[in-house]
Amino acid sequence: MSSEKFAELLQQAHQSGDFQPVVDNIPYAQFIGLKFQRLGQDILFHLPANPDNIGNPILPAIHGGVIGGFMELAASLQLVMSMDSVALPKIVDFSLDYLRAGRLKDTYAECQVWRQGSRVANVAITAWQSKRESPIATARAHFLLTRD
Amino acid sequence: MSLSIQEKGQRFLDNLPHCQRLGLSVVGGGENQLTMRLPYAENIIGNPLSGALHGGALTTLMDTASGTAVFAVLPGYELCPTLDLRMDYMKAAAAGVDLIAEAKVIRISKNVVFTECLVYQEQDHDLVARCAAAFMRIGAELTPPEFEAAIENNRPMEVTL
Repeated sequence: MSSEKFAELLQQAHQSGDFQPVVDNIPYAQFIGLKFQRLGQDILFHLPANPDNIGNPILPAIHGGVIGGFMELAASLQLVMSMDSVALPKIVDFSLDYLRAGRLKDTYAECQVWRQGSRVANVAITAWQSKRESPIATARAHFLLTRD
Repeated sequence: MSLSIQEKGQRFLDNLPHCQRLGLSVVGGGENQLTMRLPYAENIIGNPLSGALHGGALTTLMDTASGTAVFAVLPGYELCPTLDLRMDYMKAAAAGVDLIAEAKVIRISKNVVFTECLVYQEQDHDLVARCAAAFMRIGAELTPPEFEAAIENNRPMEVTL
């Protein structure tokens, strides 16, 4: 896809408020099966249970890397949807704490943008399954907000 | 049974369905280290403009390389859940280029194993990312016998949903 085409897609999404076409054009989002729902200002990210994402055959549990990838993608989409930018933010670093095994169940995530400067954003991400109060993982990420 | 680090790591990896889907393989092993390869694929692109792989695929590569190194380096069949990962993405991986993760077990303590992992582009050895991680030692006695058998007999476990 050309950069003009993707920028156009992002611009249209900002105008219409519908970011599904943007997510549809990110192959990794399709690979793990990320979905999202906008609830007013809030965005709820959803990773439906999918045997392709298993990393532990014993429990079975979702691969920790998939949980991380889901949270990372959620954070960047949160920034895309809350900014006017027509470029995807670039991840700089990512710190991920695993709190509980992520069973083969639907997983949810929400993000908190703690600081968004002109060049860097700091985002906290929480992921849970059955109960929001019992997260399976928490993470923190920095993104570079570039316009290239 | 005495397996090389590489062979033990590969047998462990064969039991992780998502890693099969990514096409991960163990390509080397040493006394306290293990090398893993992630082939470039279009279905794990994160930036459709540049064709760069998504950070999540790198996260999975580094988590898996580090965790597999821990399993392969520890004696017996001890499974250690990941406590945390801390990753730096220093450069977007170039489109079309396979990645190599070199994971090192740097300290085995009574309760925790510490690792370091570096990810390079295979063709020019350009550094892409790094990861520091900690793994919890919950005890070899908690490893299910069917998992031990899967490794020993080189017959990956069937996942029962």
